Amino acid sequence: MTKISVNNKQYETYADPSTPMLWVLRDELGLTGTKFGCGIAQCGACTVHVDGSPRRSCITPLSSVVGKEVTTIEGLSPDSSHPLQKAWIAEDAPQCGYCQSGQIMAAAGLLKQKPKPTDADIDAAMSGIICRCGTYSRIREAIKQAAANGGK
Amino acid sequence: MKSNNELDRRSFLKASIVAGGALLVGINLPMASRAEDRFGFSAEPDADFSPNAFIKITTNGKVTVVVGQSEMGQGVLTSLPMIVADELEVDWANVGYEQAPANKAFINPVMGMQGTGGSSSVRGLFNPLRKASAQVREMLIGAAAASWGVAADTCKAENGKILHSASNKSVPYGELLAAAAKITPSDNPTLKDAKDFKYIGKAVKRLDTPAKVDGTAVFGIDVKVPGMLYATILRSPVIGGKVKSVDDSAAKATKGVVKVVDLGYGVGVIADSYWNARKGRTALKVTWDDGPMANVSSETIYKSFADAADNKKGLEAKKIGDVAAGKSKAAKTIDAVYWAPFLAHATMEPINFTADVRSDGAEVWGGVQAQMLVQATVAKTAGVPVDKVKVNTTLLGGGFGRRFEMDYVIDATLLSKAAGKPVKVVWTREDDTQNDMYRPATYNKMSAGIDAGGKPVFWHHRVVNDAIMARAGKAFGFTLKDDQLDSSSFEGANELPYNFTNFQCDWVRVDTGVPVGFWRSVGSSHTAFSVECFMDELAAAAGKDPLEFRLSLLEPNSRHAGVLKLAAEKAGWGKKMPAGSGQGIAVAESFGSYVAHVADVTVGADGKVNVDRVVVATDCGQVVNPDTVVAQMEGSVVFGLTAALYGEITIKDGKVVQKNFPDYKMVRMNEMPKVEVFLLPSKENHGGVGEPGTPPIAPAVVNAIFAATGKRVRSLPIRPGDLKKA
Repeated sequence: MTKISVNNKQYETYADPSTPMLWVLRDELGLTGTKFGCGIAQCGACTVHVDGSPRRSCITPLSSVVGKEVTTIEGLSPDSSHPLQKAWIAEDAPQCGYCQSGQIMAAAGLLKQKPKPTDADIDAAMSGIICRCGTYSRIREAIKQAAANGGK
Repeated sequence: MKSNNELDRRSFLKASIVAGGALLVGINLPMASRAEDRFGFSAEPDADFSPNAFIKITTNGKVTVVVGQSEMGQGVLTSLPMIVADELEVDWANVGYEQAPANKAFINPVMGMQGTGGSSSVRGLFNPLRKASAQVREMLIGAAAASWGVAADTCKAENGKILHSASNKSVPYGELLAAAAKITPSDNPTLKDAKDFKYIGKAVKRLDTPAKVDGTAVFGIDVKVPGMLYATILRSPVIGGKVKSVDDSAAKATKGVVKVVDLGYGVGVIADSYWNARKGRTALKVTWDDGPMANVSSETIYKSFADAADNKKGLEAKKIGDVAAGKSKAAKTIDAVYWAPFLAHATMEPINFTADVRSDGAEVWGGVQAQMLVQATVAKTAGVPVDKVKVNTTLLGGGFGRRFEMDYVIDATLLSKAAGKPVKVVWTREDDTQNDMYRPATYNKMSAGIDAGGKPVFWHHRVVNDAIMARAGKAFGFTLKDDQLDSSSFEGANELPYNFTNFQCDWVRVDTGVPVGFWRSVGSSHTAFSVECFMDELAAAAGKDPLEFRLSLLEPNSRHAGVLKLAAEKAGWGKKMPAGSGQGIAVAESFGSYVAHVADVTVGADGKVNVDRVVVATDCGQVVNPDTVVAQMEGSVVFGLTAALYGEITIKDGKVVQKNFPDYKMVRMNEMPKVEVFLLPSKENHGGVGEPGTPPIAPAVVNAIFAATGKRVRSLPIRPGDLKKA
């Protein structure tokens, strides 16, 4: 049995400790906002925060988050009030929407590090997250808008 | 294809009151002959006309639009409700949506089936939804007028209420439903004047966005059904290979594994969790019967295409004048071969499906583009009656044509049947990349000539590729005959807007054995590349500017000319570019919309191509949600640019070589060009918007590379090595 903390809630799981967090979150805890895209940390759809830093949950074993705080898109804000979520809505950034949890979690990690990111900062932080619908321009605008609104 | 107006006249409405007092509005959509044209099945009107509602109004005044189309990012869950909200005069805050079941009632008149493809949703449903909404508005007005004893034409509808200004009376829709249902709808309701539209033509915020930023949006992969098991399937590494023998002892001994199923085309592992299923799959030992594809590789396919181009007659897709006669007048002739590779769809949501097959019926869940085909496929595979199959459509994490296919529906149906429980099958990214129905690889043998004045005297294009319908048609019981054209293979190459006097387009079909399918913009995804790049070659041979050359061959007031001129103007066409940079232009019509791109490109000394800016001009007729159009045009640029820069599926000994994003690359944030989209105001019928933005980007970029470097790229993807400075 492994005890973990996700979105400030304590869970006990009997999953094998080597199981990637992605599948523990999705299939066991029912937190399906975190998405499966590639399984090899190349697309970023599965991005969550571990102790506040973005991580690819598809290659993060359950055992490695013990004693740490995991934050998923469901835990980013209680009511979609995070400045990034508001900006995402204002820009109508998503199309199919599948990658957007990962995009927002990566952007949230960026704003924590760099509250006023430059275009180069955005490129560096966001180029790991693939959007097949091609919403990159709107994501960039939404990040800038959230930053302007003091988002973290 | 029937015109929208013609379709419109034949739709009729049926209203009924259900428990709770809600008004259900069913629309019997007209069936278009296009069903038989393209899909080879006859979509007959539903004789019983079951009350499948398109619009529901509840007593609290909430209006729900039941959407038979699938949402894969194109905004249909917003655009269709906008049409209803406007014509029915309800406040946007009181409008919602619901996903429809599989039912003939939802056959899209343009597509001829209940399906989402061919950029057909608004094209097929704008007029029927608008008419029905106007009919319901008039019924509500009639009900209010009768209750007040006043003439209907002294009342009006506004914000979910009927008003009688002379007496200062008003009544909300919710109180009129029962009386309205008894009124016979007019066949010719008065439609709103377009200048009075409150939502149509305005940038309305998408209804599905909030759920897509907080993790609550439900895609197929997120479905959870009580008692559900998880599965993964190990497939033959060689296309079309079959299981010869399975040693599943280690797989069965894997913790959590419930069952291992030999499916013939693969081996399914069913477990209590997805990860345990994956572990079980790793433990499988399978030997395969590779079958005939083991001898097929990209090189053999290319050779067979080249051979067919030179030696096989093929079918005539279009002929104007006489190419041979034109040739004799040519002062200069150009010959070129253009090659476009196989491409995978690579939807971000890996392919998955959930099925619960019982002895007396089945219920299924997932992101699909063709609900009625799903229903029929599940029924046939599970051996249950069609009307006992309930299809639940979730959001699609990308479609692009991939979720038109039935392979993954069959996976889940077979495994649920074998397990006797609900089963969710999830493909890995590698499964997805290696077991797709690919955009057909296409070999284009092109020849054209100009006279001494630079005027084209002939154009001959031979398109060599697989026939999508030869395989895909089988799902609808359609057989493509050897002497039959499949327009999805060459559309965009046969009907050119340019004024060519001697023109021929041949289609040479070669069956490679590689499964091919519908990929965003279908035939135009590759024909725009060959046609618009070869046009550039012709312009250069004539010593003319690429824009001027095109315009000289177009009707001055044509929609092609309109978007070309708008894109050129906004992009500053002809401006001086720095060394190593260039501008390229291309135009294409597909699915009733006209799109021109101007790309500004910089090629480094190392041959690396940077696309700095893309100006998009589109004439897609009347527009429902201009912001959705802009978003689709932006996204289409990225989709087509990914193909131009990176996209290539290759085959070696019958196996797909590429596996995952490292070797099937996508354009990322740091490569995103500045994209500017301009809509040409238009009163024409609605055109599609999901696909038409894709075709022009590859030729615009390739033509810009020529302007920057003097080098012609005739084979995709663009290879920096070929563009390196010597």
